[in-house]
Amino acid sequence: MARFLVKRTLSAVLTLFAVSVLTFLMFFALPRDPVTGMCPKNCNPERLERVRQELGLSDPLVDQYAGYMKGIVTGRDLGGAQGGHCDAPCLGWSYVNNEAVTDTLARVVPVTLSIVIPAAILWLLLGVGLGLVSALRRGTWVDRAAIGCTLAGASLQLYFVGAVLLLVFVYTLGWLPVPSYTSLFDDPVRWAGGLVLAWLSLALLFSAGYARLFRAQLLETLGEDFVRTARAKGLSGSAVYGRHALRAAITPVVTVAGLDVGAALGGTVITETTFGIQGLGRTAVDAVRAGDLPTIMATVLVAAVFVVLANMLVDLLYAVIDPRVRLG
Amino acid sequence: MSLSPVDGTVRAPIEPGGAAGGSRARRTAGRSPGQLVWLRLRADRTALVSGATLVLFLLVALAAPLIELAYGIGPQDQFQGKLDGFGLPLGHAGGVSGEHFFGLEPGLGRDVFIRLVYGLRTSLLVAVTAAVLTAVIGVVLGTLAGYLGGWLDAVVTWITDLTLALPFLVVALALTPMLTLRLHGQRDAVPPAFGVGVLIVIFAVFGWTGTARLVRGQVIALREREFVAAARASGAGPGHMLFRQLLPNLWAPILVSFSLAVPQFVTGEAALSFIGVGLTEETPSFGRMIHRSLGYLQTDPAFVFFPGVLIFALVFAVNLFGDALRDALDPKSSR
Amino acid sequence: MVDEPGPLLRVRGLTKHFPVRGRRRCGPVRAVDGLDFEVQAGETLGLVGESGCGKSTTGRLLVRLLDPTGGSIEFAGRDLTRAGRRQLRPLRAQLQIIFQDPYASLNPRHPVGQIIATPLRVNRINPPGGTKARVRDLMELVGLNPDHDNRYPHEFSGGQCQRVGIARALATGPRLVVADEPVSALDVSIQAQVVNLLRRLHRDLGLAFVLISHDLAVVRHLCQRVAVMYLGRIVEIGDRDDIYERPQHPYTRALLSAVPQVGQLGPARWPGLTGDGTTPLDPPSGCRFRTRCPKARERCAVEEPALTRRDGGGQATACHFPDSGPLRPERVRAAA
Repeated sequence: MARFLVKRTLSAVLTLFAVSVLTFLMFFALPRDPVTGMCPKNCNPERLERVRQELGLSDPLVDQYAGYMKGIVTGRDLGGAQGGHCDAPCLGWSYVNNEAVTDTLARVVPVTLSIVIPAAILWLLLGVGLGLVSALRRGTWVDRAAIGCTLAGASLQLYFVGAVLLLVFVYTLGWLPVPSYTSLFDDPVRWAGGLVLAWLSLALLFSAGYARLFRAQLLETLGEDFVRTARAKGLSGSAVYGRHALRAAITPVVTVAGLDVGAALGGTVITETTFGIQGLGRTAVDAVRAGDLPTIMATVLVAAVFVVLANMLVDLLYAVIDPRVRLG
Repeated sequence: MSLSPVDGTVRAPIEPGGAAGGSRARRTAGRSPGQLVWLRLRADRTALVSGATLVLFLLVALAAPLIELAYGIGPQDQFQGKLDGFGLPLGHAGGVSGEHFFGLEPGLGRDVFIRLVYGLRTSLLVAVTAAVLTAVIGVVLGTLAGYLGGWLDAVVTWITDLTLALPFLVVALALTPMLTLRLHGQRDAVPPAFGVGVLIVIFAVFGWTGTARLVRGQVIALREREFVAAARASGAGPGHMLFRQLLPNLWAPILVSFSLAVPQFVTGEAALSFIGVGLTEETPSFGRMIHRSLGYLQTDPAFVFFPGVLIFALVFAVNLFGDALRDALDPKSSR
Repeated sequence: MVDEPGPLLRVRGLTKHFPVRGRRRCGPVRAVDGLDFEVQAGETLGLVGESGCGKSTTGRLLVRLLDPTGGSIEFAGRDLTRAGRRQLRPLRAQLQIIFQDPYASLNPRHPVGQIIATPLRVNRINPPGGTKARVRDLMELVGLNPDHDNRYPHEFSGGQCQRVGIARALATGPRLVVADEPVSALDVSIQAQVVNLLRRLHRDLGLAFVLISHDLAVVRHLCQRVAVMYLGRIVEIGDRDDIYERPQHPYTRALLSAVPQVGQLGPARWPGLTGDGTTPLDPPSGCRFRTRCPKARERCAVEEPALTRRDGGGQATACHFPDSGPLRPERVRAAA
């Protein structure tokens, strides 16, 4: 087991490393002078040059990269205009937002978390519930309608769903306020009210896939011999379903959910753009548009970390459940 | 003559020698597994309906210039005269009329119907081309990784994980201007075809991993099968093994991933256009239209309606057909 | 081709060890651990033993689907053991294999005509009269209707698929065919048909066979000589009648005694096997059979018995204390 963990961790670190290198290279291949993006307003050529020096942009790429990576671990000194010393983990300074990147992240990551996590819970409940119902009523019109709904749900476009929901609930009926973010700790009701449409949109789209997956898994499990044995032993229907079948069927669903959540945390750009909320995704997009390298690096790395962590967790879960994985 | 209970194919009884051959001079054709899939598909009503819809969409997309000719209005034509002081279309439902089937765009006053027709063209062009490209790349890499194993397999798997770890939209957003600059230069007027091309390249670069994974899995399962060993015992080289033995057994996962990729790319293209990446302003695209329509949500909701419903219908049809196709390929799946 | 003097197939000290991956520090799986035997042209040799004794591995080693870890294989005087693909090519045509699972051994996407023709195509052999004619001839030879050459495996029964496999093995006109459990996956009634087919082919074409099977009755029906394997080694080898009627190794006796005899009532005459099962990962020291042998003594744990002939006959046994005399005092019913 320990060997398995070590191997996975190594692979994860390698992946993150590669992501950081790629992002770095990608940025410097952008058709935009990095300095103009990072220079505070009213820059003249001398100032530009001085900023360039300060930012170390005339240094070879390797040094810049090394400096950046070192800063994450130990912190480093940035120029005066960038706030002096930057403690570890130092992710640089953003001229565009005029703040340390870590502060930017501290601001926007909770927003994305607030969008994704409740939506994930919602879509899991919805998906599993729908899948359960259609598996139990297999072959009836309920089942067929459910399958149709799941396919339709999977075909929806998030921005369209969002637009329709906005139109109905905010502009026409007025039941909900215009979507925005309030911290959960400040005002839970406003937090929920401002985000519920985002949760609903995401849930409608994602639950479709999960309903199908769960339904297929459940049907497969119910056909297995061990379920027939349980029934033959005289267990009641709900005991059979609950104790035996559900547990076996839920595992792949949970693991896929883990992977999806990891990917979603990487930046729900579309959701944020549709509802006008400033989260990690939108920040990343804005940073790319403005040529704000430190923020780009940070957001992409954070997204990758989420994905990699989710993958590792899922693999770990599988290793715990299925001994063949860790011994193989 | 006996019929198989499974799929109704004809089975020959056991005959001693070749004596019975004379009594049946007519040669009966065998039904290949591919033909069986086709028959199953034909019997599925959902497949027929969604397939017909897709064919219709395809025809519309291909015949866009002809439709424009018949309709009389082009995608760039503006009708400012039919907008009111706020830039909103006159008439109801966003200006729907006998002349403008789906009304007009607020602000610029372009005809919605013909723009949607061209938007359909863009979507299908990007999605299908990208799907074909990813299929090719995915099959090649997946087969090699699965068959040869070893370090090649490890590398391909790692690259797959890496590609999945990168946030697609952000990276696409960053890469598109870079590619445009590198390949096209700093000139202002980027021809629409080029924008489409860049988008396809980006999708291909990101999208092959799904197919590769599926194909790799299938190849690994196949290479342990005895018919592979039999071919090797006959003296087959790797070329024969890959092309004649393995590849014919791979078209099922290839079709499956293709059927999953197309709606994925349609959605992806729309999403990228939604955040303003890739295609130029003049190239009609569902995503871009919906993005603009968000600004007019309260004032001209019809503008959201048409592109939204149409792209939904397109993706839905593809998903339905893909689903039916997957069921036809694997009838054991629970239905 | 001039017949070289000497046996068609000669195997000396053939060994195959599979490395064990994982943290457990145990040795390799000794699937095949030093085999010696010969097959003359036109002769059938049966290789019997329980599951896991290494007979299937041996079959694959013979056709070089697996690479030996040690020992040598000589076919028609040429050394196959380390031959590369290029050197193997001309020999492959003469040395073919039939597999156990009739459906799995045929590519489901190829019509059977193409399957049978594959060895010809792969070896670039163009038979006089054309490939298609040859395929039709082969199909007739194995008892299939040649008009069905454009049908797919899923349209045939198990027995017919196995016939396709046999036709494929015969396509290049081999001199020796390895048959790895050719009838084990078939219904009993079909087994008889296929076994009779193999017998007919042996007789009419003068083919040499190495028949690998756990089914003693089938081996008795088809083979002229029999080798008994246990945990990767041959424990007894000899003419069929000698083995079946006068087995010398305790394991052979146990195997044969275990076959229920029709018409015989009452308890078994021979004490059955005792002790625990063994594994090729860690075979017992000395004689590998000693942990299950009711006759084992100290010498058996220390010294591994070699395959030696006794009484100057053709039968060789690897045992320190072999039995002699018939298995059953009463007359044994000859197989049908």
